[in-house]
Amino acid sequence: MTLFKVKATSANLSRRMYLSTLGVLGLSSWITPLSAAAKKPEAMEAITKIVGSNTVKDGRVKLVIPPLVESGNLVVLKVAIESPMTASDYVKAVHIISEENPSPNIFIAYFTPRSGRAELTTRVRLADSQRVWAIAQMNDGSYWRGYADTSVTLSACTEMI
Amino acid sequence: MSKTSRTGITAPTNAKKNSIIEIRAIAQHDMETGFRYTEDGKRIPRDIIRFFTCRYNGEEIFKADFYSGIGANPLIIFTTVAVASGTIECQWTGDNAYEAINQVKITVS
Repeated sequence: MTLFKVKATSANLSRRMYLSTLGVLGLSSWITPLSAAAKKPEAMEAITKIVGSNTVKDGRVKLVIPPLVESGNLVVLKVAIESPMTASDYVKAVHIISEENPSPNIFIAYFTPRSGRAELTTRVRLADSQRVWAIAQMNDGSYWRGYADTSVTLSACTEMI
Repeated sequence: MSKTSRTGITAPTNAKKNSIIEIRAIAQHDMETGFRYTEDGKRIPRDIIRFFTCRYNGEEIFKADFYSGIGANPLIIFTTVAVASGTIECQWTGDNAYEAINQVKITVS
């Protein structure tokens, strides 16, 4: 009888240990995304550097990237900004900023009234699932922004050769 | 990466005056990010194309600054208004004195 009791407690103990290990594991998986998001302030800093003391308004900028990307090495990115593109009203530049890449800047494109449309397509690298921002600077000094979220299964930048 | 490489521009050869045409420019380039390491832990130095410029009959119509976030063999598709017949010239410059120039002819009617 006593033997049985001892057995039962040890079983209980290991069960407790098992559960607490599970708990720690669960906690750690909850902590990791938080530390991974540490790159985000860098992106916000990059945006502040672009706009300075001006306010950024939401809208007019449409950024398109596939919502689910298999490889982050080549992701087709399309940006279009609503603008008549005349000599008196046009988009001067568009900055593409990444929240999770090792360097927040992806590219800057400068348009002119002769561009016809403020549209651009290129292929970028994405290090992780993240939000990508597009900040457009108009010739009147106003700033507009748009963003796109994407999930990346295989990251760029980190692989060894 | 060598000092220059193969590039290509795709634009319509004929266009109506004041119509918007699409230009596709691609350059063969590894675009080494500078964030990768070899197996023995050495950082591979950055080697990318930094600037792209497009001129239409000598006048600058489009410009872009590239960073490490641009993928290998950078392709860039943009638009312009076909104003006159002439040449569209694209220029790529980058790290380690990389430079490439390519041009296409366009007839505007």
